[in-house]
Amino acid sequence: MLCKRIIPCLDIKDGRVVKGVNFVGLRDAGDPVEVAKRYNDQGADELCFLDITASVEKRGLLYDLIERVASQVFIPLTVGGGVKTAEDLRPLLNAGADKVSINTAGVNDPTIFDKASHFYGAQCVVAAIDAKQTRPGFFEVFIHGGRTATGKDAVAWAREVADRGAGEILLTSMDRDGAKIGFDLELTRAIADAVTIPVIASGGVGNLQHLVEGVQKGGADAVLAASIFHYGEYTVGQAKAAMRDAGIRMRM
Amino acid sequence: MMTIAIVDYGMGNLKSVAKAFMHVAPDQRILITSDAKEIAEADRVVLPGQAAMPESMVALNDSGLRDVLLQASKDRPFFGVCLGLQMLFEESEEGPTPSLGYLPGKSIRFPKPHFDKNGAPLKVPHMGWNALTIPAHASAHPCWAGIAQETAFYFANSYYAAPKESAVVAGTANYPDPICVAVGKANLFAVQFHPEKSADGGLRVLKNFSNWSGSL
Repeated sequence: MLCKRIIPCLDIKDGRVVKGVNFVGLRDAGDPVEVAKRYNDQGADELCFLDITASVEKRGLLYDLIERVASQVFIPLTVGGGVKTAEDLRPLLNAGADKVSINTAGVNDPTIFDKASHFYGAQCVVAAIDAKQTRPGFFEVFIHGGRTATGKDAVAWAREVADRGAGEILLTSMDRDGAKIGFDLELTRAIADAVTIPVIASGGVGNLQHLVEGVQKGGADAVLAASIFHYGEYTVGQAKAAMRDAGIRMRM
Repeated sequence: MMTIAIVDYGMGNLKSVAKAFMHVAPDQRILITSDAKEIAEADRVVLPGQAAMPESMVALNDSGLRDVLLQASKDRPFFGVCLGLQMLFEESEEGPTPSLGYLPGKSIRFPKPHFDKNGAPLKVPHMGWNALTIPAHASAHPCWAGIAQETAFYFANSYYAAPKESAVVAGTANYPDPICVAVGKANLFAVQFHPEKSADGGLRVLKNFSNWSGSL
């Protein structure tokens, strides 16, 4: 049977790994190949690269980065950030991405999921959903990196992207992102139960028990975390061991 | 210098497969090619695939490479990856275009909805790391050298092959029932998982293929 997955997430700016200091300033956190190798050696099941490069002109640096990582790290790579059309998937896939995540562009034109899935296969199309509880029991979809409310119900939107051909959902709780108090389990469970495609839980991990809860209580198929790994609090190996010890099937 | 030809019929990412072969077989020439002559002259042939079956078969038919692939499938080490495994069979539930038909059987989809043995829903695509079981008759296959039972490999598939001949099944994985994830017959070998994305175990399979003579 399938193992649950741990996915370290790396923020990329102008071809380098960056990380925020106290959630404000960004500083260089190293060469993507070195960081990717380190997580691979620790047993990461997959890696996620989120491109936060502001300018379109520097987009080429992302392709170069993916190529360099893909020539030395042989685990699945998901790349997100800045995808606007189905055609934008091709250069990312050609560079070595296995999956591409689509967020704002999917809300602006949901047919991008149909097109991308038709041309490249559902297995490489990830719908990224940023959601926030805006009133009791209602999780609203936000776009533009969380700056723009859409009025959309996250659960209904998850069903729609799955029906249109997305192969996976990367679900981020904006309420929890950076808070280190655990995943939003209510949100995660609602989405995981609503769709038949895999769901990656993101946002809020502060300790290893949070990862366990994301799977056991949230129903997630994979858990994504950034800061607990970047700042060296835990290794990926420690996280996998904690999940295994909690009775979760892991690739050890 | 030996050459491994990775067949480019215009669908999807072949670089990952090529880079993984370059990593494990630095002394061989790794070609991504749509040139029939280069494929005909290669020592080993790799048929990759990751997109949708109907589009891929149409692209392969349009590429004019069917004849040279048929020849290679008979006379040298030939390796199918993911959709490249499914293409070896006769047809697929994914669409009406016939597949290559080198092996009897067809590709079928996981049921919708899909459940585990306790009645809990299972996600499709079958995406992530799953454990390989190698049947006794395939345990000595050169492509499995150094691969332990239960080694996990990375999958991303909604369809899988159902061979008519159980003798060609070289590996299974449970989801929840055993499905065929590797086939072997004479000089043909193919895997449903992505060896180029399956860390050390996957690289070992690629290395084994790069050294394989094609005989058992």
